[in-house]
Amino acid sequence: MLDNFLNLWHGFYIAGDPFNLLLMVVGILLGVIIGVLPGLGGANGVAILLPLTFSMSPTSAIILLSCIYWGALFGGAITSVLFNIPGEPWSVATTFDGHPMARQGKAGEALTAAFTSSFVGAFVAIIMITLVAPLVASFALQFGPAEKFAVYFLAFCSFIGMSKEPPAKTIVSMMIGFALAAVGLDMVTGQLRLTFGFEELLNGFDFLIAVIGLFGIGEILLTMEEGLEFRGKAAKIDAKVVLRTWATLPKYWATSIRSCIIGCWMGITPAGATPASFMAYGIAKRVSKNGKNFGNGEIEGVVAPETAAHAAGTSALLPMLALGVPGSPTAAVLLGGLLIWGLQPGPMLFVEQKEFVWGLIASMYLGNLVGLFVVLTTVPLFAAILRIPFSIIAPVILVICAIGAYTVNNNVFDVVMMLVFGVIGYVLKKTSYPLAPLVLAIVLGDSAEEAFRQSLLGSGGSISVFWSNPLVSTIMALGLVAGFWTLISGAIARFRVAQPA
Amino acid sequence: MKHLHAFGLGAAAALGMSLLSLNPAAAWEPTKPVEFIVPAGTGGGADQMARTLQGIIAKHSLMPTQLIVINKSGGAGGEGFLDVKNSKANPHKIVITLSNLFTTPLATGIPFNWKDLTPVAMLALDEFVLWVNAEKPYKTAQDYVAAVKAAPDGTFKMGGTGSKQEDQIITVALEKAIGKKLTYIPYKGGGEVAVQLVGGHVDSTVNNPIEAVSQWRGDKVRPLCVFDEKTLPYTDKIQGDLSWSSIPTCKSAGVDVEYLMLRGIFMPPGVSQEQVDYFVTLFKKVRETPEWQQLMKDGAFNQTFMAGPEFKAWVEGAEKNHKALMQEAGFIAAAN
Repeated sequence: MLDNFLNLWHGFYIAGDPFNLLLMVVGILLGVIIGVLPGLGGANGVAILLPLTFSMSPTSAIILLSCIYWGALFGGAITSVLFNIPGEPWSVATTFDGHPMARQGKAGEALTAAFTSSFVGAFVAIIMITLVAPLVASFALQFGPAEKFAVYFLAFCSFIGMSKEPPAKTIVSMMIGFALAAVGLDMVTGQLRLTFGFEELLNGFDFLIAVIGLFGIGEILLTMEEGLEFRGKAAKIDAKVVLRTWATLPKYWATSIRSCIIGCWMGITPAGATPASFMAYGIAKRVSKNGKNFGNGEIEGVVAPETAAHAAGTSALLPMLALGVPGSPTAAVLLGGLLIWGLQPGPMLFVEQKEFVWGLIASMYLGNLVGLFVVLTTVPLFAAILRIPFSIIAPVILVICAIGAYTVNNNVFDVVMMLVFGVIGYVLKKTSYPLAPLVLAIVLGDSAEEAFRQSLLGSGGSISVFWSNPLVSTIMALGLVAGFWTLISGAIARFRVAQPA
Repeated sequence: MKHLHAFGLGAAAALGMSLLSLNPAAAWEPTKPVEFIVPAGTGGGADQMARTLQGIIAKHSLMPTQLIVINKSGGAGGEGFLDVKNSKANPHKIVITLSNLFTTPLATGIPFNWKDLTPVAMLALDEFVLWVNAEKPYKTAQDYVAAVKAAPDGTFKMGGTGSKQEDQIITVALEKAIGKKLTYIPYKGGGEVAVQLVGGHVDSTVNNPIEAVSQWRGDKVRPLCVFDEKTLPYTDKIQGDLSWSSIPTCKSAGVDVEYLMLRGIFMPPGVSQEQVDYFVTLFKKVRETPEWQQLMKDGAFNQTFMAGPEFKAWVEGAEKNHKALMQEAGFIAAAN
């Protein structure tokens, strides 16, 4: 433990070098720009810039690249809040309350809350990495297919149980998502399915295309129907908005702590940031006394998912370094970079490349601080975008969406798909089917199915594999409780009423 | 993406100027950024090699324009191959292949064959090694095979990358050699497979050296034998006193299975010989860089290099071989 602190101190010394600090600022700014453009996610940004870093030392290079990553994470929240277009899977939950806030003219507050919570989540996760790095790696190893499926199961169930809409509608929406996720190559048999001979469908439906369409285009259609007036007009340019929002944030300490724990835990298990953000949102909605107001622009509904997503995103870097398994596409590109610099991620990295690892961890502390400062100063600027009349900004959003959809796979067909998803999103919203479960199922459906079938292959088809050890049993039990929460809480309430009689 | 490309273009143009002045002989050269298609996901063996190539070419300014790596992994790589097939006569596109060049069209019926592309060069061949968890008592391939033989069919679990691709083909060949069934569990990537082995969720894997080397250095996994006709030439110590060269061949351990995977470069159909030659020369230059040598050493690659008719003949042979192996295993799609 003491060793860790000595190493970290040395790491700060490396990361605090003026050149490295400059790289941090450059990286964060680039990252924010990349994050704001949907489709051009952190993975692309890092991949494009990777070759430029080969002339630097590995430590400087990884600092630059990971700062682009932090910047993109921060930037993803901007479009979620302003235009209801989540740039990354884990910012979907941020739109639920962030965008309504922007419509009420509180975009500045929503952005400040989102950025600050991201920072808190990431910071807590970094502290955890500093303290327990070696333990975390061995915990992650316990996750086989059955355990992974249990975590996904928990994420789906907590969504059904916590949803505001009737569970039946949630389930219908989720099932549509599963069906879409099934299109493409079946990983277990190596066969194509549901492609009906269309070469365009080989790749299945990309999450980003679906989200840009469902949320972004759907939103524009809705706004057009309700007249071309833009509802964020009230947004004022106000430099003090940051300080004012900060004054209200400490009230939500319980939500923050809860979300940090969920985030760190989900980040270490290979499930990642997306289920973490959904779960944190769902649970906050249940537990908070403002729960009923969630979805209508409740600031707590921004705090919960953002904190959890960033706690998870940050702690997910640890399995990558210690085990060599990237938790996200961006992490995978970073991993490729490490290999080119002759750094082999894996159990020996912490032993052989101390300077690099602790330099990276120290840069996480500094990078997040620098990042918070940079993005907060831009809050009034971004909030001001909403003052532009809708008739001007709508075409711009449309163009950005189309470019985003195109860049995912460099494919024009995806732009058409985006428009189709836009119409679907509009129809679903009109008939008040929730969109979030659909998106959740598209994002996690594939992985959940894969884990489920891997588990059954391993157990020879016996479903008892999901109760075969304390870890997997506990997660499954939690999932069942979450899924039937409405019934259970109803039963408890009735029991309480019956008692005094 | 657009403006970043433009930025890259600017830098590349400047680079191109300086190269042109050195190189007045006007053979064909790329005039815009070259797309480098990877028909597999990020982080896998092909992707790592492509990104290393991109880095080497940028660092040593071996090309007047930029090389841009693009992953098109849909349909077990079919998406990437179809993209190259449909870019007829486009010299600004190359693709790196793995065994899915043969296995994907056979297993899925996607309308594509390597003959639809223009072969450029074989960069290297990737080896396969039989791995077990280091905590298990099996010290040699014989120990492990004996244990598999003693247990009922399907008791031992083999983890591998993808379904009906190279890892499963080796598994089926292995099953045949020892006369027992293994339970094959497909995962998405080689790194994930290695971690599942370390966590004890599968009993063995046939990871490529580069996918498992870090776990071996940490003494978490143990190599039992290599699926090649001779032992590997690399003698740098990796774990204790062991090096890649200390791993016996599977044949010497009584398991007569050999398999090597192509890491080669292809271009779209209809490109000119001059354009092919440009890339052959380019990759010859790449092979001389220290970074490439390091990659070869880290991943214990078989460094055979081929181009021209020799390469074409090799690919033809490999296709027949895969067809036979997959037919026997029952992996061929009904459409074929």
